[in-house]
Amino acid sequence: MFARILTIFIIIFLILPVFIVIPISFSSAQYLTFPPPGFSLQWYESFFSDSEWVEAAIKSIQVGLLTTILSLVLGIMTSIGLVKGNFPGKQLLQNIFLMPLVVPTIIIAIAVYSFQSKTGLVGTTFGLVTAHTIMATPFVIVTVLASLKGMDPNLEYAAMSLGANPFLTFMKVTLNVIKPAIASSALFAFVTSFDEIVVTLFISGVSVTTLPKKMWDGVRTQVDPTIAAVSSIMIILIVVILISSQIYGEVRDNKMAKKLEETAG
Amino acid sequence: MEKSMNIAVKENSMSNKVQRVFEPRWTERIGITLSNPGTLLVLPVIFIAVFLGYPLLNIFIQSIYNGHLTSEYYVRFFSEGLYIRVLLLTLKIGAIVTLTCLVLGYPVAYTMTFASKRAKGLILIAILIPFWTSLLVRTYAWMVLLQTQGVVNQMLLKLGIIHEPIKMIYNTTGVVIGMTHVLLPYMILCLYSVMQGIDKNLLSAGSNLGARPFQVFSRVFLPLSFPGIMSGSMLVFIMGIGYFITPSLLGGQKDSMISQLIQIQVGDLLNWGFASAISFVLLAVTLLLLMLSRRFLRLDKLW
Repeated sequence: MFARILTIFIIIFLILPVFIVIPISFSSAQYLTFPPPGFSLQWYESFFSDSEWVEAAIKSIQVGLLTTILSLVLGIMTSIGLVKGNFPGKQLLQNIFLMPLVVPTIIIAIAVYSFQSKTGLVGTTFGLVTAHTIMATPFVIVTVLASLKGMDPNLEYAAMSLGANPFLTFMKVTLNVIKPAIASSALFAFVTSFDEIVVTLFISGVSVTTLPKKMWDGVRTQVDPTIAAVSSIMIILIVVILISSQIYGEVRDNKMAKKLEETAG
Repeated sequence: MEKSMNIAVKENSMSNKVQRVFEPRWTERIGITLSNPGTLLVLPVIFIAVFLGYPLLNIFIQSIYNGHLTSEYYVRFFSEGLYIRVLLLTLKIGAIVTLTCLVLGYPVAYTMTFASKRAKGLILIAILIPFWTSLLVRTYAWMVLLQTQGVVNQMLLKLGIIHEPIKMIYNTTGVVIGMTHVLLPYMILCLYSVMQGIDKNLLSAGSNLGARPFQVFSRVFLPLSFPGIMSGSMLVFIMGIGYFITPSLLGGQKDSMISQLIQIQVGDLLNWGFASAISFVLLAVTLLLLMLSRRFLRLDKLW
């Protein structure tokens, strides 16, 4: 009982800061104050009418999508190679691939920055995408790897004994089984890139600005409520995605349960 | 007609076999690639080697080579009190944050373990919302809340609990609050994944044998949840000591953590050799902790 009451307080500690931003974004005041004195859309207007903010958002989406594609391709290849391949040092190789999950980002940031400034990649979309892919691929590997390991190998044997070559087997069978894992890792990869700030700070140069970098500059100079508007848009997007995936999961579970009942009954 | 085609195919396959001995055709090479999935790793390995491995090697060389082989950067780090203090402060903040996360995370994970399916789902959403929310958004939120003129101070003043604003930001308190908020979901998820797997019959067995509820918890549940405590604490500590954004925005001048030291050396002073050396000290600490916690913390089981 005691643990439950405590849990409620801790949950409030976790969520409240996230949602306090939303009322502030609708504030009619010129400065930060709470509770807001009145309702206004001025901060949303200042976001959408400022070409710098809009360009930063577009850049973030562009880099995010490219990173998602590249890290999905690399991540799926790696996962299959690690699960199906047979060679010494597999565990070590897997740990190397997953390193960016725990290695402090600042180290990756200065290493990549040093490399990119020598190769002229600083401030290019290509530079950002490759750097973000390093950060995002481990999430894809972890998710897809778990799904592949949980897969019944007989499905693939069945396909192959029916005459499918390895490529066809992968496309028709394996890919279908790991589809949910691919979907969630795509989301992971996109968010990782969309949210990446430490590496981006170093390698984006002066001309290219992503959304997090623009926010970083804004937060450092003044606590501008435009950031509250941007934040609110991002929070609402995340909440919608999370709740719809939860509902989707519940609906799917219920359907499965019903099917099982029908077959059993 | 059909028969002759069959024969042709047969002959063809025989000549294939002969050919394979000497030189595989390119179509067969693809076949070989696909039948040995290990080769799928070639491309990812090249990618990682070029875009991460080589850059890391490069800064490692920078940290020990300055026209000639040198240890000056490492010697400088370990001989000047200022840098040692930053390292110690980093470890201290990491430890405080880990402990706070454990104290706050344990009851949540515990409640989740015994909650109904629906409540579990709700708590999970509540944990995942901050988990998925942009780090900058969350840090911004804490700035709004904790400022001298911030929400928390205004509320406390209005309620008459305090008479002048408390300083909760641009000091260690701010850093600890911000980092705890970011790292708590990791702790909860680590704890929960272990607690969920505890056989609940053991708890009933304990109480059947006459243990009081608190004894069941302290003598049965707590020891069984120990792997979760270890993996969660290790993960939070390892991630915490590398933090950069939160201490930069919520900490004061005196709360510089080691990541900020690296950033200052590169960004402001262009002191690449020294920055690389500090990076490798931090990397060494991280890898050492990972090795030590290998028993509890498996990278592929984290997410």
